Amino acid sequence: MQSKRKIDWQKIAPYLFVSPFIISFLVFSLYPFINAIIMSFQQVNGFNDAKFIGFANYKQMFNDGDFYAALWNVVRYGFWTILILIPLPMLLAYLMNQKGIPFKGFFRSVYFVPVLTSSVVAGLIFKYAFSSEKTGVFNVWLSHIGVGPVDWLNSSGTAMFALVVIAVWRWLGVNMIYFLSGLQGISPELYESADMDGANGFQKFWYVTIPLLKPITIYVLTISIMAGFSLFNETYVYWGAQSPNNVGTTLVTLIYKAAFTNGNFGYSCTLGVALFVIVVVVNAIQTRAMGLFSDEG
Amino acid sequence: MGQKASSRLRITLSLILMIFLAVLVMIPFYFMIVSSFKSVADIFSNGLNVDINFSKMSLHSYETLWTNRNGIYWSWFKNSLIITVLETVLVLLFTSMVGYGLALYDFKGKTTIFAVVLIMMMVPSSILLLPLYKEVSQLGLMNTYAGVILPAIVPASSIFFFRQFCMGLSKEFAESARIDGAGEFRIFWQIYVPLMRPAFGAMTILTTMNAWNDFLWPMIVMKSDTNFVLPAGLMSAMTPYGNNYDLLFAGSVMSIIPILVVFVLNQNQFIEGLTVGGVKG
Repeated sequence: MQSKRKIDWQKIAPYLFVSPFIISFLVFSLYPFINAIIMSFQQVNGFNDAKFIGFANYKQMFNDGDFYAALWNVVRYGFWTILILIPLPMLLAYLMNQKGIPFKGFFRSVYFVPVLTSSVVAGLIFKYAFSSEKTGVFNVWLSHIGVGPVDWLNSSGTAMFALVVIAVWRWLGVNMIYFLSGLQGISPELYESADMDGANGFQKFWYVTIPLLKPITIYVLTISIMAGFSLFNETYVYWGAQSPNNVGTTLVTLIYKAAFTNGNFGYSCTLGVALFVIVVVVNAIQTRAMGLFSDEG
Repeated sequence: MGQKASSRLRITLSLILMIFLAVLVMIPFYFMIVSSFKSVADIFSNGLNVDINFSKMSLHSYETLWTNRNGIYWSWFKNSLIITVLETVLVLLFTSMVGYGLALYDFKGKTTIFAVVLIMMMVPSSILLLPLYKEVSQLGLMNTYAGVILPAIVPASSIFFFRQFCMGLSKEFAESARIDGAGEFRIFWQIYVPLMRPAFGAMTILTTMNAWNDFLWPMIVMKSDTNFVLPAGLMSAMTPYGNNYDLLFAGSVMSIIPILVVFVLNQNQFIEGLTVGGVKG
């Protein structure tokens, strides 16, 4: 009898251990998600007054210029952050990982500190640095080469630049640490045999290091893409919920604005569902691509 | 001989590039700190600039942290502190349990649950902004710490991290403890939790950082200005109506200090933690 009770307990225990996740998932993810899907088909005027309106919200979304502007911004942001935040940290990690480099721990900490600042504080500082006045930091720098002053946050290209600069500043150190850990997993023998074949530093980097960093690169790529889709804080600090000509509008900006500026709860949920679908599709494509990469490697 | 010289040249060039990047990375902090000792009028007329002029600099901005609107800055600070500590403790407790359960037991539904964890890791929480707001307000949790904290205490990424860590731990400890008659929870608490110490170290800092810097969700839940968390408060100080610009730079500097202290004290664990989560992901 007693041993039977013990065996039962051992079967129940794992469910108790995972129960916090199950409860939290049901209450704070699945329930609101189902709610979001329902509300995305409703016109909601206050939480107790909702009526079904079919696909009207979705039609509105597909006719909403702001939606396409936001998508385009997110795609461009993802493109630029990936273009910079993969090669630069990779190179930096490679430099740091060389034999004979002093103060490695110090450099690592310095590169890492920016990510500790909240995106809001980072946004505040850069907002002043990108001021349209002649006295703004970037305009002062430009004035030395006789350019400007530029109204940074008011036109599309420079606004994107101002967003990407924050991303590069905050994430350079984190991505470098990812690549550094990848480099430390590469056997030194590979470099030795490359040396024997007479490879120079660049050839070693290109033919040995880069291919072996592929898994890390894919991981960094994934988190960069996801960071783009959930971009909000920096844009909110720069422009609030409404930027000139949508230069800083993201999908999350639209979700926020529909809900808390315009009180259009149904539409906010529609945009949330759309973002969910987009993220799932992008992930599926990426998983496919990763599969292709691993076949090839 | 020639090889030695060329390797010294390589190291020197690398160091120059590394120092250059390190200086670039530090510039925003330099601006922030210098500006925090300047008057608002000076910043507005001369912009953010690197000039250090001691006759124009003072601790005035830091004093306003206490005087401005009866020291509202410290209510924000206190709110951030309470939320961060509570959230971190709960996250560590719950996600270590779940990760342990997923790694060290075989049970029906395990694969499904783990698949759900992986999906939850991909989905940005902002898609549920409005329905969560509705739920939290219907539960009567607006303007409360619980409203900010509850939806965030079992994050999938932290479960994943603990699960990965526990996969590397032997099941034999549990088996022999069972033979000795130890209960399941005691096995977790007295045998495995001590073994998971490095994982706890890494997750403490990561969770602290996320909670301390969280902005959007606390901004939505905390409606009245004394209830703001630090990032939302600093943001609100930027509105043209408030005349609170004094707070901005000194307040930003002060907001970084706690997290910097936690980082400096635990940086090796932190960096290890980050990479374990990343590489094995």
